[in-house]
Amino acid sequence: MARNISQSRRWGFTILAWGAALVIFFPILWTILTSFKTEADAIASPPKFLFFDWTVENYAEVQSRSPYFRHFMNSVIISVGSTLLGLVLAIPAAWSMAFQPGRRTKDLLMWMLSTKMMPAAGVLIPMYLMFRSFGLLDSRLGITVVLMLINLPIIVWMLYTYFREIPSEILEAARMDGASLRNEILHVLTPMAVPGIASTLLLNVILAWNEAFWTLNLTTSKAAPLTTFIASYSSPEGLFYAKLSAASTMAIAPILILGWFSQKQLVRGLTFGAVK
Amino acid sequence: MATRHQKTLARLMVSPSVLLLLGWMIVPLAMTLWFSFQSYNLLSPGMEQFIGWTNYQYFLSDPAFWTAMRNTLLLVGGVLVITVGGGIALALLLDQPMFGQGVVRILVIAPFFIMPTVSALVWKNMFMNPVNGLFAWFAKAVGAQPIDFLAQYPLMSIILIVSWQWLPFATLILLTALQSLDSEQMEAAEMDGAGTLAKFTHLVLPHLSRAITVVILIETIFLLSVFAEILVTTNGGPGYQSTNLTYLVYSQALLQFDVGGASAGGIIAVILANIVAIFLMRMIGKTLE
Repeated sequence: MARNISQSRRWGFTILAWGAALVIFFPILWTILTSFKTEADAIASPPKFLFFDWTVENYAEVQSRSPYFRHFMNSVIISVGSTLLGLVLAIPAAWSMAFQPGRRTKDLLMWMLSTKMMPAAGVLIPMYLMFRSFGLLDSRLGITVVLMLINLPIIVWMLYTYFREIPSEILEAARMDGASLRNEILHVLTPMAVPGIASTLLLNVILAWNEAFWTLNLTTSKAAPLTTFIASYSSPEGLFYAKLSAASTMAIAPILILGWFSQKQLVRGLTFGAVK
Repeated sequence: MATRHQKTLARLMVSPSVLLLLGWMIVPLAMTLWFSFQSYNLLSPGMEQFIGWTNYQYFLSDPAFWTAMRNTLLLVGGVLVITVGGGIALALLLDQPMFGQGVVRILVIAPFFIMPTVSALVWKNMFMNPVNGLFAWFAKAVGAQPIDFLAQYPLMSIILIVSWQWLPFATLILLTALQSLDSEQMEAAEMDGAGTLAKFTHLVLPHLSRAITVVILIETIFLLSVFAEILVTTNGGPGYQSTNLTYLVYSQALLQFDVGGASAGGIIAVILANIVAIFLMRMIGKTLE
Protein backbone atom coordinates (compact mmCIF):
# COMPACT_ATOMS: atom_id res chain seq x y z
CA MET A 1 0.00 0.00 0.00
CA ALA A 2 2.75 2.38 1.01
CA ARG A 3 4.48 1.88 -2.34
CA ASN A 4 1.45 3.19 -4.17
CA ILE A 5 2.79 6.61 -4.98
CA SER A 6 0.07 9.05 -5.67
CA GLN A 7 -0.01 10.59 -9.09
CA SER A 8 -0.07 14.12 -7.73
CA ARG A 9 3.14 13.57 -5.77
CA ARG A 10 4.82 12.32 -8.91
CA TRP A 11 3.68 15.41 -10.80
CA GLY A 12 4.94 17.64 -8.02
CA PHE A 13 8.41 16.13 -8.14
CA THR A 14 8.37 16.27 -11.93
CA ILE A 15 7.69 20.00 -11.93
CA LEU A 16 10.28 20.70 -9.23
CA ALA A 17 12.99 18.62 -10.85
CA TRP A 18 12.38 19.98 -14.33
CA GLY A 19 12.43 23.49 -12.94
CA ALA A 20 15.77 22.93 -11.23
CA ALA A 21 17.20 21.19 -14.30
CA LEU A 22 16.16 24.00 -16.61
CA VAL A 23 17.72 26.63 -14.34
CA ILE A 24 21.00 24.70 -14.30
CA PHE A 25 20.93 24.06 -18.03
CA PHE A 26 19.77 27.57 -18.91
CA PRO A 27 23.21 29.16 -19.56
CA ILE A 28 23.95 26.45 -22.11
CA LEU A 29 20.53 26.73 -23.71
CA TRP A 30 20.89 30.51 -23.83
CA THR A 31 24.31 30.21 -25.48
CA ILE A 32 22.95 27.87 -28.13
CA LEU A 33 19.92 30.11 -28.79
CA THR A 34 22.07 33.25 -28.96
CA SER A 35 24.36 31.63 -31.50
CA PHE A 36 21.45 31.69 -33.97
CA LYS A 37 20.62 35.37 -33.44
CA THR A 38 21.83 38.48 -35.18
CA GLU A 39 24.12 40.63 -33.02
CA ALA A 40 21.28 43.12 -32.60
CA ASP A 41 18.86 40.44 -31.40
CA ALA A 42 21.51 39.03 -29.09
CA ILE A 43 21.54 42.16 -26.94
CA ALA A 44 17.89 43.10 -27.45
CA SER A 45 16.09 44.35 -24.37
CA PRO A 46 13.83 42.70 -23.37
CA PRO A 47 15.72 39.56 -24.39
CA LYS A 48 14.30 37.52 -27.23
CA PHE A 49 13.91 33.88 -26.30
CA LEU A 50 12.55 32.05 -29.31
CA PHE A 51 10.97 34.62 -31.57
CA PHE A 52 13.81 36.14 -33.51
CA ASP A 53 15.16 35.80 -37.03
CA TRP A 54 17.07 32.57 -36.90
CA THR A 55 20.36 32.77 -38.73
CA VAL A 56 23.46 30.63 -39.12
CA GLU A 57 25.68 33.44 -40.32
CA ASN A 58 27.55 33.57 -36.99
CA TYR A 59 28.89 30.10 -37.59
CA ALA A 60 30.18 31.10 -41.01
CA GLU A 61 31.62 34.29 -39.52
CA VAL A 62 33.51 32.51 -36.73
CA GLN A 63 35.09 30.24 -39.30
CA SER A 64 36.01 33.07 -41.66
CA ARG A 65 37.66 35.41 -39.17
CA SER A 66 39.80 32.80 -37.49
CA PRO A 67 40.84 29.31 -38.41
CA TYR A 68 38.27 27.71 -36.13
CA PHE A 69 38.68 24.37 -37.81
CA ARG A 70 42.40 24.31 -37.06
CA HIS A 71 41.75 24.86 -33.35
CA PHE A 72 39.10 22.19 -33.43
CA MET A 73 41.54 19.75 -35.01
CA ASN A 74 44.17 20.73 -32.44
CA SER A 75 41.70 19.88 -29.67
CA VAL A 76 40.96 16.53 -31.29
CA ILE A 77 44.62 15.68 -31.88
CA ILE A 78 45.74 16.78 -28.41
CA SER A 79 42.94 15.17 -26.42
CA VAL A 80 42.77 11.91 -28.36
CA GLY A 81 46.53 11.75 -28.84
CA SER A 82 47.35 12.28 -25.18
CA THR A 83 44.77 9.69 -24.14
CA LEU A 84 45.94 7.05 -26.62
CA LEU A 85 49.55 7.63 -25.62
CA GLY A 86 48.52 7.28 -21.99
CA LEU A 87 46.64 4.05 -22.72
CA VAL A 88 49.66 2.51 -24.43
CA LEU A 89 51.68 3.12 -21.27
CA ALA A 90 48.93 2.38 -18.78
CA ILE A 91 47.42 -0.84 -20.13
CA PRO A 92 50.49 -2.99 -19.40
CA ALA A 93 51.00 -1.29 -16.06
CA ALA A 94 47.40 -1.72 -14.93
CA TRP A 95 47.36 -5.26 -16.28
CA SER A 96 50.31 -6.36 -14.23
CA MET A 97 49.11 -4.51 -11.13
CA ALA A 98 45.70 -6.13 -11.34
CA PHE A 99 46.85 -9.68 -12.05
CA GLN A 100 50.34 -9.84 -10.58
CA PRO A 101 49.99 -7.65 -7.53
CA GLY A 102 53.13 -7.47 -5.46
CA ARG A 103 53.70 -6.22 -1.96
CA ARG A 104 54.21 -2.69 -3.17
CA THR A 105 51.46 -2.50 -5.77
CA LYS A 106 49.10 -0.61 -3.53
CA ASP A 107 51.75 1.91 -2.53
CA LEU A 108 52.67 2.34 -6.17
CA LEU A 109 49.07 3.10 -7.10
CA MET A 110 48.77 5.58 -4.28
CA TRP A 111 51.97 7.26 -5.26
CA MET A 112 50.81 7.58 -8.87
CA LEU A 113 47.65 9.25 -7.70
CA SER A 114 49.61 11.58 -5.47
CA THR A 115 51.42 13.00 -8.52
CA LYS A 116 48.00 14.18 -9.67
CA MET A 117 47.77 16.33 -6.58
CA MET A 118 50.82 18.36 -7.33
CA PRO A 119 49.43 21.82 -8.08
CA ALA A 120 50.18 23.00 -11.58
CA ALA A 121 51.41 26.34 -10.20
CA GLY A 122 54.27 24.49 -8.52
CA VAL A 123 55.74 23.29 -11.79
CA LEU A 124 54.53 25.93 -14.23
CA ILE A 125 57.80 27.85 -14.32
CA PRO A 126 60.25 25.03 -15.06
CA MET A 127 57.81 23.56 -17.60
CA TYR A 128 57.50 26.92 -19.30
CA LEU A 129 61.29 27.48 -19.33
CA MET A 130 62.01 23.94 -20.55
CA PHE A 131 59.39 24.26 -23.26
CA ARG A 132 60.92 27.55 -24.28
CA SER A 133 64.45 26.25 -24.53
CA PHE A 134 63.40 23.10 -26.40
CA GLY A 135 61.20 25.09 -28.77
CA LEU A 136 58.11 23.22 -27.58
CA LEU A 137 56.04 26.29 -26.74
CA ASP A 138 52.93 26.35 -28.89
CA SER A 139 53.63 22.89 -30.30
CA ARG A 140 51.08 20.11 -30.40
CA LEU A 141 53.69 17.55 -29.43
CA GLY A 142 54.62 19.38 -26.24
CA ILE A 143 51.10 19.97 -24.97
CA THR A 144 50.07 16.41 -25.88
CA VAL A 145 52.87 14.97 -23.76
CA VAL A 146 52.02 17.22 -20.81
CA LEU A 147 48.33 16.31 -20.90
CA MET A 148 49.29 12.65 -21.16
CA LEU A 149 51.39 12.94 -18.01
CA ILE A 150 48.62 14.76 -16.19
CA ASN A 151 46.04 12.13 -17.00
CA LEU A 152 48.27 9.06 -16.79
CA PRO A 153 47.52 8.42 -13.09
CA ILE A 154 43.78 8.55 -13.75
CA ILE A 155 44.14 6.27 -16.76
CA VAL A 156 46.15 3.71 -14.77
CA TRP A 157 43.69 3.86 -11.89
CA MET A 158 40.58 3.53 -14.02
CA LEU A 159 42.02 0.62 -15.97
CA TYR A 160 43.15 -0.99 -12.72
CA THR A 161 39.66 -0.85 -11.21
CA TYR A 162 38.20 -2.34 -14.40
CA PHE A 163 40.85 -5.04 -14.79
CA ARG A 164 40.51 -6.04 -11.16
CA GLU A 165 36.94 -7.10 -11.86
CA ILE A 166 38.02 -9.61 -14.49
CA PRO A 167 38.11 -12.98 -12.72
CA SER A 168 41.70 -14.16 -12.70
CA GLU A 169 40.55 -17.81 -12.84
CA ILE A 170 39.78 -17.25 -16.49
CA LEU A 171 43.36 -16.24 -17.10
CA GLU A 172 44.62 -19.23 -15.15
CA ALA A 173 42.40 -21.55 -17.15
CA ALA A 174 43.79 -20.10 -20.35
CA ARG A 175 47.30 -20.54 -19.01
CA MET A 176 46.57 -24.19 -18.15
CA ASP A 177 45.47 -24.71 -21.71
CA GLY A 178 48.93 -23.58 -22.68
CA ALA A 179 48.09 -20.16 -23.99
CA SER A 180 51.14 -17.96 -24.36
CA LEU A 181 51.20 -14.54 -22.77
CA ARG A 182 50.54 -12.99 -26.13
CA ASN A 183 47.50 -15.16 -26.72
CA GLU A 184 46.37 -14.60 -23.17
CA ILE A 185 46.32 -10.88 -23.70
CA LEU A 186 44.99 -10.97 -27.23
CA HIS A 187 42.21 -13.53 -26.97
CA VAL A 188 41.25 -13.68 -23.31
CA LEU A 189 41.97 -10.39 -21.67
CA THR A 190 41.31 -7.96 -24.49
CA PRO A 191 37.69 -8.90 -25.19
CA MET A 192 36.87 -8.66 -21.48
CA ALA A 193 38.79 -5.46 -21.01
CA VAL A 194 37.52 -3.52 -24.01
CA PRO A 195 34.50 -1.96 -22.27
CA GLY A 196 36.74 -0.70 -19.45
CA ILE A 197 39.32 0.62 -21.88
CA ALA A 198 36.61 2.34 -23.89
CA SER A 199 35.20 4.17 -20.88
CA THR A 200 38.68 5.14 -19.76
CA LEU A 201 39.33 6.53 -23.22
CA LEU A 202 36.07 8.45 -23.25
CA LEU A 203 36.49 10.06 -19.84
CA ASN A 204 40.09 11.05 -20.42
CA VAL A 205 39.37 12.56 -23.81
CA ILE A 206 36.76 14.72 -22.07
CA LEU A 207 39.20 15.73 -19.34
CA ALA A 208 41.94 16.56 -21.84
CA TRP A 209 39.53 18.45 -24.11
CA ASN A 210 38.52 20.76 -21.27
CA GLU A 211 41.94 21.11 -19.64
CA ALA A 212 42.55 24.83 -19.29
CA PHE A 213 45.72 25.46 -17.33
CA TRP A 214 48.46 23.96 -19.43
CA THR A 215 46.74 24.60 -22.73
CA LEU A 216 46.37 28.30 -21.84
CA ASN A 217 49.96 28.63 -20.64
CA LEU A 218 51.81 26.52 -23.18
CA THR A 219 49.96 27.25 -26.42
CA THR A 220 49.18 30.55 -28.09
CA SER A 221 48.07 30.17 -31.70
CA LYS A 222 49.56 27.48 -33.93
CA ALA A 223 48.92 24.58 -31.56
CA ALA A 224 46.11 26.27 -29.62
CA PRO A 225 43.15 24.01 -28.88
CA LEU A 226 39.63 25.36 -28.42
CA THR A 227 40.19 26.33 -24.76
CA THR A 228 42.84 28.85 -25.80
CA PHE A 229 40.90 29.90 -28.88
CA ILE A 230 37.81 30.72 -26.82
CA ALA A 231 39.91 32.58 -24.26
CA SER A 232 40.94 34.92 -27.07
CA TYR A 233 37.30 36.06 -27.17
CA SER A 234 37.85 37.42 -23.69
CA SER A 235 37.86 40.99 -24.92
CA PRO A 236 36.71 42.91 -26.77
CA GLU A 237 35.32 40.34 -29.17
CA GLY A 238 33.37 38.81 -26.30
CA LEU A 239 30.99 41.71 -26.63
CA PHE A 240 29.79 40.24 -29.90
CA TYR A 241 27.48 37.84 -28.12
CA ALA A 242 26.17 35.99 -31.14
CA LYS A 243 29.64 35.19 -32.45
CA LEU A 244 30.93 34.31 -29.00
CA SER A 245 27.95 31.98 -28.64
CA ALA A 246 28.52 30.34 -32.00
CA ALA A 247 32.18 29.73 -31.22
CA SER A 248 31.28 28.43 -27.77
CA THR A 249 28.57 26.13 -29.07
CA MET A 250 30.97 24.59 -31.54
CA ALA A 251 33.58 24.15 -28.83
CA ILE A 252 31.29 22.39 -26.37
CA ALA A 253 28.94 20.41 -28.62
CA PRO A 254 31.18 17.40 -29.35
CA ILE A 255 32.20 16.91 -25.75
CA LEU A 256 28.70 17.49 -24.39
CA ILE A 257 27.47 14.64 -26.55
CA LEU A 258 30.37 12.37 -25.59
CA GLY A 259 29.86 13.32 -21.96
CA TRP A 260 26.23 12.29 -21.91
CA PHE A 261 27.30 8.82 -22.98
CA SER A 262 29.86 8.57 -20.20
CA GLN A 263 27.82 9.54 -17.12
CA LYS A 264 28.23 6.20 -15.37
CA GLN A 265 31.94 5.90 -16.07
CA LEU A 266 32.38 9.46 -14.93
CA VAL A 267 31.30 8.68 -11.38
CA ARG A 268 33.41 5.61 -11.15
CA GLY A 269 36.43 7.08 -12.89
CA LEU A 270 36.61 10.34 -11.02
CA THR A 271 36.12 8.75 -7.63
CA PHE A 272 38.74 6.09 -8.38
CA GLY A 273 36.22 3.35 -7.79
CA ALA A 274 35.17 4.66 -4.38
CA VAL A 275 31.61 5.34 -5.58
CA LYS A 276 30.01 3.06 -8.15
CA MET B 1 61.15 -20.27 -12.50
CA ALA B 2 57.93 -19.27 -14.15
CA THR B 3 56.96 -16.96 -11.32
CA ARG B 4 60.33 -15.30 -11.34
CA HIS B 5 59.99 -14.76 -15.04
CA GLN B 6 56.52 -13.34 -14.55
CA LYS B 7 57.70 -11.02 -11.83
CA THR B 8 60.35 -9.54 -14.06
CA LEU B 9 57.79 -9.15 -16.79
CA ALA B 10 55.35 -7.45 -14.43
CA ARG B 11 58.05 -5.00 -13.46
CA LEU B 12 58.87 -4.29 -17.07
CA MET B 13 55.23 -3.53 -17.74
CA VAL B 14 54.87 -1.12 -14.87
CA SER B 15 58.18 0.67 -15.17
CA PRO B 16 57.53 2.94 -18.19
CA SER B 17 54.58 4.60 -16.46
CA VAL B 18 56.41 4.79 -13.14
CA LEU B 19 59.58 6.26 -14.62
CA LEU B 20 57.68 8.86 -16.62
CA LEU B 21 55.62 9.96 -13.64
CA LEU B 22 58.72 9.99 -11.47
CA GLY B 23 60.45 12.25 -13.96
CA TRP B 24 57.36 14.43 -14.29
CA MET B 25 57.24 14.81 -10.55
CA ILE B 26 60.89 15.19 -9.65
CA VAL B 27 62.49 17.18 -12.45
CA PRO B 28 60.21 20.24 -12.55
CA LEU B 29 59.71 20.22 -8.80
CA ALA B 30 63.44 20.15 -8.16
CA MET B 31 63.86 23.00 -10.63
CA THR B 32 61.14 25.03 -8.91
CA LEU B 33 62.83 24.42 -5.58
CA TRP B 34 66.18 25.49 -7.06
CA PHE B 35 64.74 28.64 -8.63
CA SER B 36 63.01 29.54 -5.38
CA PHE B 37 66.41 30.21 -3.79
CA GLN B 38 67.64 32.25 -6.74
CA SER B 39 67.32 35.82 -7.73
CA TYR B 40 66.13 35.12 -11.25
CA ASN B 41 64.24 37.51 -13.50
CA LEU B 42 63.51 36.71 -17.14
CA LEU B 43 64.09 40.36 -18.03
CA SER B 44 67.68 40.30 -16.80
CA PRO B 45 69.14 36.98 -17.95
CA GLY B 46 72.58 36.01 -16.74
CA MET B 47 72.11 37.79 -13.42
CA GLU B 48 70.95 34.72 -11.49
CA GLN B 49 72.41 34.25 -8.08
CA PHE B 50 71.74 32.35 -4.88
CA ILE B 51 69.86 34.45 -2.36
CA GLY B 52 68.74 31.93 0.25
CA TRP B 53 65.31 32.45 1.77
CA THR B 54 64.83 35.98 0.43
CA ASN B 55 62.19 34.97 -2.12
CA TYR B 56 60.18 33.26 0.60
CA GLN B 57 60.50 36.23 2.91
CA TYR B 58 59.47 38.52 0.12
CA PHE B 59 56.56 36.33 -0.93
CA LEU B 60 55.28 35.69 2.58
CA SER B 61 55.47 39.34 3.59
CA ASP B 62 53.70 40.51 0.42
CA PRO B 63 50.11 41.48 1.29
CA ALA B 64 49.12 40.09 -2.11
CA PHE B 65 50.10 36.63 -0.90
CA TRP B 66 47.78 36.79 2.10
CA THR B 67 44.98 38.16 -0.04
CA ALA B 68 45.55 35.30 -2.45
CA MET B 69 45.55 32.79 0.42
CA ARG B 70 42.30 34.20 1.75
CA ASN B 71 40.78 34.14 -1.74
CA THR B 72 41.93 30.58 -2.33
CA LEU B 73 40.30 29.44 0.91
CA LEU B 74 37.12 31.40 0.26
CA LEU B 75 36.91 30.07 -3.27
CA VAL B 76 37.43 26.45 -2.25
CA GLY B 77 35.22 26.76 0.84
CA GLY B 78 32.45 28.68 -0.90
CA VAL B 79 32.24 26.33 -3.85
CA LEU B 80 32.31 23.29 -1.56
CA VAL B 81 29.44 24.58 0.59
CA ILE B 82 27.33 25.43 -2.45
CA THR B 83 28.02 22.26 -4.41
CA VAL B 84 27.76 19.79 -1.54
CA GLY B 85 24.66 21.44 -0.06
CA GLY B 86 23.04 21.92 -3.44
CA GLY B 87 24.22 18.51 -4.58
CA ILE B 88 22.54 16.72 -1.66
CA ALA B 89 19.30 18.60 -2.25
CA LEU B 90 19.35 17.95 -6.00
CA ALA B 91 20.30 14.29 -5.60
CA LEU B 92 17.39 13.77 -3.17
CA LEU B 93 15.05 15.47 -5.64
CA LEU B 94 16.27 13.54 -8.67
CA ASP B 95 15.90 10.27 -6.76
CA GLN B 96 12.13 10.79 -6.44
CA PRO B 97 9.64 9.25 -8.85
CA MET B 98 8.99 11.61 -11.75
CA PHE B 99 8.40 11.82 -15.47
CA GLY B 100 11.40 12.20 -17.74
CA GLN B 101 14.04 11.40 -15.13
CA GLY B 102 16.61 10.51 -17.79
CA VAL B 103 16.28 13.87 -19.53
CA VAL B 104 16.46 15.75 -16.22
CA ARG B 105 19.70 13.95 -15.38
CA ILE B 106 21.17 14.84 -18.75
CA LEU B 107 20.28 18.51 -18.32
CA VAL B 108 21.69 18.66 -14.80
CA ILE B 109 25.02 17.00 -15.63
CA ALA B 110 25.65 19.16 -18.72
CA PRO B 111 27.62 22.06 -17.14
CA PHE B 112 30.34 19.66 -16.04
CA PHE B 113 31.29 19.06 -19.66
CA ILE B 114 31.60 22.73 -20.58
CA MET B 115 35.20 23.87 -20.92
CA PRO B 116 36.15 26.44 -18.26
CA THR B 117 36.95 29.20 -20.72
CA VAL B 118 33.52 28.88 -22.34
CA SER B 119 31.55 28.89 -19.11
CA ALA B 120 33.53 31.81 -17.73
CA LEU B 121 33.04 33.90 -20.88
CA VAL B 122 29.36 33.08 -21.20
CA TRP B 123 28.71 34.03 -17.58
CA LYS B 124 30.88 37.12 -17.79
CA ASN B 125 29.36 38.57 -20.95
CA MET B 126 25.89 37.22 -21.36
CA PHE B 127 24.81 37.14 -17.73
CA MET B 128 26.97 39.40 -15.58
CA ASN B 129 27.68 42.22 -18.01
CA PRO B 130 26.25 45.38 -16.36
CA VAL B 131 24.87 46.73 -19.64
CA ASN B 132 23.77 43.87 -21.85
CA GLY B 133 23.77 40.91 -19.47
CA LEU B 134 20.61 39.08 -18.55
CA PHE B 135 21.05 39.90 -14.87
CA ALA B 136 21.22 43.60 -15.71
CA TRP B 137 18.04 43.32 -17.76
CA PHE B 138 16.37 41.49 -14.90
CA ALA B 139 17.46 44.15 -12.41
CA LYS B 140 16.13 46.90 -14.64
CA ALA B 141 12.88 44.98 -15.16
CA VAL B 142 12.21 44.99 -11.43
CA GLY B 143 13.34 48.60 -11.14
CA ALA B 144 16.70 48.00 -9.47
CA GLN B 145 20.13 49.30 -10.34
CA PRO B 146 22.10 46.76 -12.43
CA ILE B 147 25.10 45.35 -10.58
CA ASP B 148 28.52 45.18 -12.17
CA PHE B 149 29.16 41.74 -10.67
CA LEU B 150 32.75 41.20 -11.73
CA ALA B 151 33.85 44.68 -10.65
CA GLN B 152 31.89 44.92 -7.42
CA TYR B 153 31.84 41.30 -6.25
CA PRO B 154 34.62 39.66 -8.27
CA LEU B 155 35.35 36.73 -5.98
CA MET B 156 31.70 36.00 -5.31
CA SER B 157 31.01 35.99 -9.05
CA ILE B 158 33.82 33.55 -9.69
CA ILE B 159 32.55 31.34 -6.87
CA LEU B 160 29.16 31.36 -8.59
CA ILE B 161 30.65 30.40 -11.97
CA VAL B 162 32.83 27.64 -10.55
CA SER B 163 29.96 26.31 -8.43
CA TRP B 164 27.81 26.06 -11.54
CA GLN B 165 30.53 23.88 -13.11
CA TRP B 166 30.93 21.60 -10.10
CA LEU B 167 27.35 21.26 -8.84
CA PRO B 168 26.61 18.61 -11.49
CA PHE B 169 29.62 16.57 -10.40
CA ALA B 170 28.52 16.57 -6.75
CA THR B 171 24.93 15.81 -7.74
CA LEU B 172 25.89 12.92 -9.96
CA ILE B 173 28.16 11.28 -7.37
CA LEU B 174 25.66 11.75 -4.56
CA LEU B 175 22.77 10.51 -6.69
CA THR B 176 24.75 7.38 -7.57
CA ALA B 177 25.44 6.79 -3.89
CA LEU B 178 21.80 7.45 -3.00
CA GLN B 179 20.60 4.89 -5.48
CA SER B 180 22.57 2.18 -3.72
CA LEU B 181 20.67 2.84 -0.50
CA ASP B 182 18.83 -0.25 0.62
CA SER B 183 15.13 0.35 0.00
CA GLU B 184 14.16 -2.35 2.48
CA GLN B 185 15.92 -0.45 5.21
CA MET B 186 13.99 2.66 4.25
CA GLU B 187 10.72 0.77 4.34
CA ALA B 188 11.58 -0.72 7.70
CA ALA B 189 12.25 2.76 9.03
CA GLU B 190 8.93 3.92 7.65
CA MET B 191 7.17 1.01 9.35
CA ASP B 192 8.76 2.07 12.61
CA GLY B 193 7.19 5.47 12.08
CA ALA B 194 10.35 7.43 11.29
CA GLY B 195 9.60 10.85 9.86
CA THR B 196 11.23 12.31 6.78
CA LEU B 197 13.76 14.26 8.82
CA ALA B 198 14.64 11.29 11.01
CA LYS B 199 15.13 9.11 7.94
CA PHE B 200 17.37 11.74 6.42
CA THR B 201 19.62 12.28 9.44
CA HIS B 202 19.80 8.67 10.61
CA LEU B 203 19.73 6.73 7.36
CA VAL B 204 20.42 8.83 4.28
CA LEU B 205 23.15 11.11 5.58
CA PRO B 206 25.29 8.33 7.13
CA HIS B 207 24.91 6.37 3.90
CA LEU B 208 26.07 9.38 1.88
CA SER B 209 28.96 10.27 4.16
CA ARG B 210 31.54 8.41 2.12
CA ALA B 211 30.36 9.91 -1.16
CA ILE B 212 30.37 13.36 0.43
CA THR B 213 33.96 12.88 1.56
CA VAL B 214 34.95 11.81 -1.92
CA VAL B 215 33.25 14.84 -3.45
CA ILE B 216 34.89 17.24 -1.00
CA LEU B 217 38.37 15.87 -1.47
CA ILE B 218 38.27 15.56 -5.25
CA GLU B 219 36.74 18.98 -5.71
CA THR B 220 39.36 20.44 -3.39
CA ILE B 221 42.18 19.19 -5.61
CA PHE B 222 40.67 20.86 -8.65
CA LEU B 223 39.48 23.99 -6.84
CA LEU B 224 42.88 24.74 -5.36
CA SER B 225 44.12 25.36 -8.88
CA VAL B 226 41.23 27.23 -10.47
CA PHE B 227 42.84 29.33 -13.18
CA ALA B 228 41.02 29.79 -16.49
CA GLU B 229 37.89 31.18 -14.86
CA ILE B 230 39.94 33.96 -13.25
CA LEU B 231 42.09 34.62 -16.31
CA VAL B 232 39.19 35.30 -18.69
CA THR B 233 36.86 37.11 -16.29
CA THR B 234 38.77 39.42 -13.93
CA ASN B 235 42.49 38.80 -14.49
CA GLY B 236 42.66 38.51 -10.73
CA GLY B 237 41.36 42.01 -10.16
CA PRO B 238 40.29 44.58 -9.34
CA GLY B 239 43.58 44.85 -7.47
CA TYR B 240 44.09 41.40 -6.01
CA GLN B 241 40.45 40.91 -5.06
CA SER B 242 39.99 37.75 -7.11
CA THR B 243 43.57 36.46 -7.26
CA ASN B 244 44.07 32.97 -5.90
CA LEU B 245 47.40 31.31 -5.24
CA THR B 246 47.61 29.67 -8.66
CA TYR B 247 46.86 32.93 -10.41
CA LEU B 248 49.36 34.81 -8.24
CA VAL B 249 52.14 32.40 -9.17
CA TYR B 250 51.18 32.70 -12.83
CA SER B 251 51.19 36.50 -12.82
CA GLN B 252 54.42 36.68 -10.84
CA ALA B 253 56.15 34.39 -13.33
CA LEU B 254 54.67 35.08 -16.74
CA LEU B 255 53.50 38.68 -16.35
CA GLN B 256 56.19 40.06 -14.04
CA PHE B 257 58.90 37.61 -15.12
CA ASP B 258 60.02 37.09 -11.51
CA VAL B 259 60.95 33.42 -11.69
CA GLY B 260 62.49 33.29 -8.24
CA GLY B 261 59.56 34.82 -6.40
CA ALA B 262 57.01 32.83 -8.36
CA SER B 263 58.91 29.62 -7.62
CA ALA B 264 58.76 30.33 -3.90
CA GLY B 265 54.99 30.78 -4.33
CA GLY B 266 54.80 27.53 -6.28
CA ILE B 267 56.57 25.64 -3.49
CA ILE B 268 54.13 27.09 -0.95
CA ALA B 269 51.25 25.94 -3.16
CA VAL B 270 52.77 22.45 -3.30
CA ILE B 271 53.02 22.31 0.49
CA LEU B 272 49.39 23.38 0.89
CA ALA B 273 48.20 20.84 -1.65
CA ASN B 274 50.16 18.12 0.11
CA ILE B 275 48.34 18.76 3.34
CA VAL B 276 45.06 18.18 1.51
CA ALA B 277 46.49 15.23 -0.38
CA ILE B 278 47.44 13.35 2.77
CA PHE B 279 43.79 13.23 3.80
CA LEU B 280 42.68 12.16 0.35
CA MET B 281 45.24 9.38 0.02
CA ARG B 282 44.24 7.95 3.38
CA MET B 283 40.63 7.83 2.39
CA ILE B 284 41.18 6.32 -1.03
CA GLY B 285 43.59 3.83 0.50
CA LYS B 286 40.74 2.50 2.59
CA THR B 287 38.57 1.85 -0.44
CA LEU B 288 41.28 -0.36 -1.89
CA GLU B 289 40.95 -2.91 0.86
